[in-house]
Amino acid sequence: MSGVRVLVGTRKGAFVLTSDGARRTWDIAGPFFGGWEIYHMKGSVVDPNRIYASQSSGWFGQLIQRSNDGGKTWEPVDNKFTYEGVPGTHMWYDGTPHPWEFKRVWHLEPSLTDPDTVYAGVEDAAMFKTTDGGKSWHELSGLRTHGTGSKWQPGAGGMCLHTIILDPNHPGRMFIAISAAGAFRSDDDGATWRPINRGLKSQYIPDPDAEVGHCVHRLAMHPSRPDVLFMQKHWDVMRTDNGGDSWQEVSGNLPTDFGFVIDVHAHEPETLYVIPIKSDSEHYPPDGKLRVYRSRSGGGEWEALTEGLPQRDCYVNVLRDAMAVDRLDSCGVYFGTTGGQVYASSNAGDSWTAIAQNLPAVVSVEVQTL
Amino acid sequence: MIRVFLPAHLRALASVEDEVALDVAAPVTQRAILDALERRYPVLRGTIRDHVTAKRRDFIRFFACEEDLSHEPADAPVPAAVTAGSEPFLIVGAIAGG
Repeated sequence: MSGVRVLVGTRKGAFVLTSDGARRTWDIAGPFFGGWEIYHMKGSVVDPNRIYASQSSGWFGQLIQRSNDGGKTWEPVDNKFTYEGVPGTHMWYDGTPHPWEFKRVWHLEPSLTDPDTVYAGVEDAAMFKTTDGGKSWHELSGLRTHGTGSKWQPGAGGMCLHTIILDPNHPGRMFIAISAAGAFRSDDDGATWRPINRGLKSQYIPDPDAEVGHCVHRLAMHPSRPDVLFMQKHWDVMRTDNGGDSWQEVSGNLPTDFGFVIDVHAHEPETLYVIPIKSDSEHYPPDGKLRVYRSRSGGGEWEALTEGLPQRDCYVNVLRDAMAVDRLDSCGVYFGTTGGQVYASSNAGDSWTAIAQNLPAVVSVEVQTL
Repeated sequence: MIRVFLPAHLRALASVEDEVALDVAAPVTQRAILDALERRYPVLRGTIRDHVTAKRRDFIRFFACEEDLSHEPADAPVPAAVTAGSEPFLIVGAIAGG
């Protein structure tokens, strides 16, 4: 492994940050697609030079861009995301039925075995798949139509499918999360789905432990233990040890258990990272201090990581897809803020450096270990 | 030839630097212009009007001859000056976003 490539999606374009294995100096390339919202970029693990980007705009809608040279050049591929059959309705903010309408792609997850196969999580929540490198997309409609879809409701950010995790040990098994419906699992490559929300409690819905309706912000998994998932919910940090069949809370001593991101150390499956945010209306860190919290015990006990991070007058947010880890021997951790900073740690969070300071608001961060 | 002027982001997508000149058979309508535009530049499909409904995207406007044609029927003839090529058909990103 010789270096790291950090893919940063922002409200006004994409940036590609590169460094060698020492991770001390960084080159910043971009903006690509200046003026467009880049909700997510992700590279194929099979062919790291193949990268997909979700490019969208309130004016011009959705595009999918593809790079075959590690993000140096890009080509637009197909942008047609059409729900299968008659889309039907989900629940609107006021409880009335609302027609399903495609708005944008939140997350792109390339297959673990084929660079031409990619899954896309979209708003209004649904799952799409391409098997031809993005030239055509078709819906995996079993998710949207599995039975609870008509009860799903948007969160403040829209009704988005924002997390897709492919299980490397069980082909065909995948986990997804939707705000504000909850987490779901498929064991047949997306053909059929079931909600996996037992143990979640959400005081902001009429039935706090309902089957669906939970505002899950993010899921994370270590590939060596695919039955163990971690969740940052709207409020609460949660953990499951049985593939989502049941969850328990591991918020422990966090200063607040509201937040968006959660991720797992590349080599230590019980080491987690979250960034507590004060509340669902105050989308900034408590006390003006930007602190990453690390647990080395799979949750419950957390320590604040502060070295190199602003510890006064800091009121940025860190959005749900804006944290990632690299796989170098000393695990690197990265996150981006709505203030346009990208922070990196090359020592598993012990200390941090801003590797970009003045980008547009960061929406997503992904890392490729090269 | 019908002259079509695109907003900067769509010119970049279509890899054109200036106006686009299109052959459009009579009767020349908004729909006929957009059909011809998307045939020439498939990458623009879905960026001006919806893939399925062909409805104009909310923040796109159509102007010509100092008139706002955005709310005209898609199959209504465009002004004669556009058909004659003396005036461009303008596709404009609406003022939005503060």
